[in-house]
Formats: sequence, structure tokens, C-alpha cells
Amino acid sequence: MITVRVGPADFDAAAELAALEATGAGGIASFTGVVRGDGGLVELRLDHYPGMTERSLEALAADAMARWPLLGVTVIHRVGPLVPGDRIVFVAAASRHRAAALEACAFLIDRLKTDAPFWKHERFADGRAAWVEARESDDAAAERWRTGVGRVG
Amino acid sequence: MALKLLYFAGIRDAIGRDEEIVDPPPEVTTVAALVEWLVARGEVYRTAFADRARLRAAVDQSFAKPEASIAGAHEIALFPPVTGG
Repeated sequence: MITVRVGPADFDAAAELAALEATGAGGIASFTGVVRGDGGLVELRLDHYPGMTERSLEALAADAMARWPLLGVTVIHRVGPLVPGDRIVFVAAASRHRAAALEACAFLIDRLKTDAPFWKHERFADGRAAWVEARESDDAAAERWRTGVGRVG
Repeated sequence: MALKLLYFAGIRDAIGRDEEIVDPPPEVTTVAALVEWLVARGEVYRTAFADRARLRAAVDQSFAKPEASIAGAHEIALFPPVTGG
């Protein structure tokens, strides 16, 4: 079961987890990303490439299902203007056992950061505003999964 | 052949529009050649694409390297490195 959603609406992590529990999984791992208010941030705006975004996330979820024995994967990413404390991203993986669920969850969030067309724009209380620069550490985290490290079954 | 170009994030801001239709000549066969052709069109493109190392592309909604072919493509997007998650 693959669930992918992209849009401005908030999500209910408990409801998403309950849907994965209903797959008969023995374990579900999830990650929820929340907007930080570092440096006086007042708004974080997410732009994306409609169409390609959904395709990229569906391909990522299918890749996880192919690499690990999963019963379900959920990927939700919000777009548009957000404020500190808002939920921004949710990924979850359900499997019969914990190792596959935990590893797939890490894979999903690491690769989502480099493989899906989203761009963050920050606006600060002092009037500064700028697009967020990509981080090399994100590339390294995603690359880890390409070289096969951490891959199971 | 008419080609739809899409611009996102800082590239869109620099160019001042989010999309346009262009008709590059037949010798423009790759993403890199398309960028050079745009740069030759004017200052706005030269500024927007000044840092080629920080330019990324998608051909028909799949990430593509500079040397990727654009033959038969309908939609090319140019943007900075992605920052989702």
C-alpha cells in the first residue's frame, strides 16, 4: 500500500499510522519534520514542481517497497507558506519486523531531500528573505543509499 | 520544435517568469546546449545561469544531467538544487 500526498493541508500523524497498522504490520516506523524557528524565522514557504513532485515521491515509495519487505509506505509533504511549529513532512514504513521499517523510514526521508523537486524560501523577522541553499550533508545522506550501505534483503 | 521551459525558485526569480515557450535550433540537442543557447539570448539568462554548478534540470519531469538529450522532449525545467524534506 503506497500513499503519497502533496498539498497545503496539515496532516494527522496518528490517523496515518493507524492506516498503516491496518495493513497487518508488526512494526511501523515514522518521521515527522517540523518547521524550526531558528534565527528569527517567521515564514517558510515550500515551492514545488506540480506533477513531477508526485511522480518523484511515488517512485521513491515504490523503490522502498522493492528494497525492503514492506506492507505499506506513506509519504506526505506540505507546500505553500508555513510557520515555525508547523508540520512539514511525514514519512512512514510498515513491515512485519522492525529492522525493515526503521531502515526504510530513514531511506525515505534521506532520499526525499535530494530526489524530489521542492524548494524552501525563508523569511525572517528582520526583513531578510532568501531561498535555502542545498546542503552537502543531505547529498551524502542520500548517497549512502545508492552505494548499497544499509541495504537489506 | 517548440519546447516548454519551466523555472523554479531562485532561477524563476532571476528570469522574472515561471515558464515560456522557446524554439531552439536543431543543433541544440542537450540540456547544457539549451542553457548556453538561452545565455546567448541575453543578460537576464546570463545572470540567472551564472553559476552552472548550482543549476539542475529535469527533462519531461525526470531529473537530467547537463549532457542529457532533449530530443523529442516537451517540457524542460531549470532550477537550483532541491531543498525539500
